[in-house]
Amino acid sequence: MTQVLINAPKTAKKGEVIELKALILHPMETGFRPGTNGRIIPRNIIERFTASWNGNEILRMDLSPAIAANPFVSFFAVATESGKITFRWTGDEGFAVEESVAIDVA
Amino acid sequence: MKDIPVIPRAKPEGPLRPHERSLAALGMTPRVNRRAFIAGALVSVLPLATARATPEAMAAAIKEVVGDNAIREGRVTLDLPPLIENGNAVPLTVSVESPMSEADHVKAIHVFNEKNPQPHVFDARLGPRNGKAVIATRIKLGDSQKIVAIAETSKGEFFSASADVIVTLAACLEDLT
Repeated sequence: MTQVLINAPKTAKKGEVIELKALILHPMETGFRPGTNGRIIPRNIIERFTASWNGNEILRMDLSPAIAANPFVSFFAVATESGKITFRWTGDEGFAVEESVAIDVA
Repeated sequence: MKDIPVIPRAKPEGPLRPHERSLAALGMTPRVNRRAFIAGALVSVLPLATARATPEAMAAAIKEVVGDNAIREGRVTLDLPPLIENGNAVPLTVSVESPMSEADHVKAIHVFNEKNPQPHVFDARLGPRNGKAVIATRIKLGDSQKIVAIAETSKGEFFSASADVIVTLAACLEDLT
């Protein structure tokens, strides 16, 4: 069960700079903390976050254990054409989640 | 036995002053030799400073990204609260002044820290399609330290900004679950 929250405008004017916000539920376990049994909890983080607009990558981010749990990223993009903005998170233990939102550019 | 050096104690000069008398009455040392105090303070502080010293690791990580290019101050704004109550989630915003055009845009934003177990925080790759070189996220901080943001432009220039933060509750200390 992965939960993703995306905040993006549904419509935009052509050429407008819009803000995109994405949040995903993930523990971002650093691999440096001992658990209740005294042993180190193995690292489990999201290593990469990408955003693409109709298949063209607009942002790529390499994350480290220093990113807080439930990683939140906010960034900007130029509204070029109508279509789909796809957000993708990949990480340890085969973690891969993809979520898309539609946008109407007039 | 003769060889053991005896460090002479600071002799009290003159009679004790009223506030020193009250300290002595409470069982405290009424007068402390200033030199001995400074030496003691240094000894007690130094091991702490060296035990978690990774500013070198941060410098090495920055070197890896920047190479031999010069890093200039300016253009980059690093926004995060100066006093942090909870190091587990610290809002951080990096914004870079740039026209974000095909010819002149910010190619990458790198953020580094000094005292977390690892110097990297994140590396973001941007392009002219971003319109604005602004990235906001939430990070973990294990200690009071310096955060450095470096922006790389398409012209191969590097700009940086840094911020000192005080963390009262550090991240990563215990498993809260």
